[in-house]
Amino acid sequence: MIGNDRVEVRKTHKLFVGGAFPRSESGRTYEVVNTNGEFLANVAKASRKDARDAVIAARTGFNSWSKATAYNRGQVLYRIAEVMEGRKDQFVADIQDAEGISKKKASAQTDQAIDRVVWYAGWADKYSQVLGNTNPVSGPFFNFSIPEPTGVVAAVAPQNSSLLGLISVIAPIVVSGNSVIVIASMNSPIPAITLSECLATSDVIAGNINILTGDPAEIMPSLASHADINALDLTGITDPELLTQLEIEAAGTVKRVRTAPTNPDWNATPSLSRIRAFTEIKTVWHPMGM
Amino acid sequence: MTFQYAPAPESTSIVNIKSSNGLFINGEFTPGHGTPFKTINPATEEVLAEISQANQEDVDAAVLAARKAYDKTWSKMTGRDRGKYLFRIARLIQERAREFAVLETMDNGKPIKESRDVDIPIAAAHFFYHAGWADKLEFAGFGNNPQPLGVAAQIIPWNFPLLMLAWKIAPALATGNTVVLKPAETTPLTALLFAEICQQADLPPGVVNILTGDGETGRMLVEHPDVNKIAFTGSTAVGQAIQRQIAGSNKRLTLELGGKAANIVFEDAPIDQAVEGIVNGIYFNQGHVCCAGSRLLLQESIAEQTIESLKRRLQTLRLGDPLDKNTDIGAINSREQLDRIIELTKSGEDEGAQRWSPDCAIPEKGFWFAPTVFTNVTQAHRIAREEIFGPVLSVLTFRTPDEAIEKANNTPYGLSAGIWTEKGSRILAMANKVRAGVVWANTFNRFDPASPFGGYKESGFGREGGVQGLGAYLTSEETS
Repeated sequence: MIGNDRVEVRKTHKLFVGGAFPRSESGRTYEVVNTNGEFLANVAKASRKDARDAVIAARTGFNSWSKATAYNRGQVLYRIAEVMEGRKDQFVADIQDAEGISKKKASAQTDQAIDRVVWYAGWADKYSQVLGNTNPVSGPFFNFSIPEPTGVVAAVAPQNSSLLGLISVIAPIVVSGNSVIVIASMNSPIPAITLSECLATSDVIAGNINILTGDPAEIMPSLASHADINALDLTGITDPELLTQLEIEAAGTVKRVRTAPTNPDWNATPSLSRIRAFTEIKTVWHPMGM
Repeated sequence: MTFQYAPAPESTSIVNIKSSNGLFINGEFTPGHGTPFKTINPATEEVLAEISQANQEDVDAAVLAARKAYDKTWSKMTGRDRGKYLFRIARLIQERAREFAVLETMDNGKPIKESRDVDIPIAAAHFFYHAGWADKLEFAGFGNNPQPLGVAAQIIPWNFPLLMLAWKIAPALATGNTVVLKPAETTPLTALLFAEICQQADLPPGVVNILTGDGETGRMLVEHPDVNKIAFTGSTAVGQAIQRQIAGSNKRLTLELGGKAANIVFEDAPIDQAVEGIVNGIYFNQGHVCCAGSRLLLQESIAEQTIESLKRRLQTLRLGDPLDKNTDIGAINSREQLDRIIELTKSGEDEGAQRWSPDCAIPEKGFWFAPTVFTNVTQAHRIAREEIFGPVLSVLTFRTPDEAIEKANNTPYGLSAGIWTEKGSRILAMANKVRAGVVWANTFNRFDPASPFGGYKESGFGREGGVQGLGAYLTSEETS
């Protein structure tokens, strides 16, 4: 039996980039506390260079992930849910620490987060049936429109829903074949770090989902202006000035920008809006003839 | 062998151009408050009419009229009745199609056979298609109760003046929005004729407002605080400026911008058919087409033979009077655009590409540019990277399908692409790998109101046409 006086082994909290767990190249960390102000961890503080490295990883990830079959993408997402389920207790404890909420509420958020992944997993081989169609054009052509992934998306997770909000941002981006670089809630990043450990042990392709911890105000401008980023999800940006600045940067390469409504309801069943925001409709005119 | 053709000009007696034209605000023509400007026939440089320049006061009045019409009439009307107005407009365009076609050709410089057979019929079709959506929006996949956005500011280019107007106004009205539309400075006449159509249709005042003017008018319209949605078709540079302008404003935006499309011809393609497609891809509308097939990618084994066929075919194209029914290549729309084409083609020669044009007589007056082919083009050349928006084709070659994809996608644009092969499986595999919004196989430059149009990457975002196009004018059903 282990006595109560055992000294616990604590974890180093690192970034998740390209399927690996690097420290910030800057060597920086920042202190994360719980809602009572008590020390939880020193978390890696990602730099702009870390963000640029993540773009390279995400582009590589996109090149394989976007070629995976819809069935395969669905299974990989479902696998994330399976692995999360096994880590439930840890998520509950992390969320309690991060958000200062009751065990019951933290548990409900965890359940909802896992179920959200399952919900999106099921969309992998269906969304294109709903968002795409054939078009009855006047001419001898089989004309069809299908949604395709936009590419590499830089996202900011909501600040106040450390796991459910985070997963609700990630899942709709990757389900269609995009890659994502997501910046976790700055004050509550630990559930995101636990999630990255789930991702690393599920079947997610290296670089497909990259999680950075740090200050979005520092990291995002360089991602918003990065020519190899195709779209931004600014859900977690609430400062209107920063939001405007990022939207201005996005125009440099005509990036698609998704923002969230005020007070997003993470518990409500989502619409297809988030999947649609990071897909492109491709229309093909295929000839018909004998 | 040389064919001789007697002139066969379309009569201009069908059009009645007012010497001075007002703005169309709240259902009435009213003089603008800016300094008027003139619109000319680019084929003759003759002044066609004086056009009002809308200033801030006019922009405010038009947006106010659109807001009132939205609040009091249009958003409250049943979809069934909105649809009937759109059906009326479609029919009125058909009834006055010849008048529109002649006017379009005079103001734009495009061949009458194109305005008559493409621009105007497809514009009418666009209204007809969207009319039917007006009372069926809950079936379009945007939730059970999709709502209009409000007042839409729409800014359109000069290359397909009435057609672009139709692409903008038809979906906006079908979904219950009201509009303020600014036609291009050099091609305002068919938009003003369309305003007359709105009157004939008894469209409620303020539902459609037309403001003529320059880029400054467009800027004021985009910045107007009571505008909810902006739809822009034009250059990537202006699109980027608009995206910056409205940052942080919550205005919804769709952009249909530039392109540098690859037209990819495989060795198994029917070469004669492909040559027709290449010609249509880049010389249609003098190459003033954002989705023009301006980069021809030929498989090496057939490159020489295809270029020879292409040159032979180009020698039969007839350049000249756009009103002549036999004309294939009309006038360049403006001096400014001509200068840009001249500058870019010069860079092609300076950078080492080989230039060729058929012998063809250039009229003394007006703006003209002979169809031009550049061979020995590399991917680094400006003529392979920048949108020329003129009748200029850059030819590159490839050996394998993978190389073709690599080259086709090596551009910040992603609007369209062409694939020529007899192999259906290859068409679908190539279409899958090309990063472009519209892929034409064994055809090019086809448009249909049921078929969504729009780009990937820096060619913009949002779609026009089809069910997807409706989404640009409806609230999304998002809760998070």
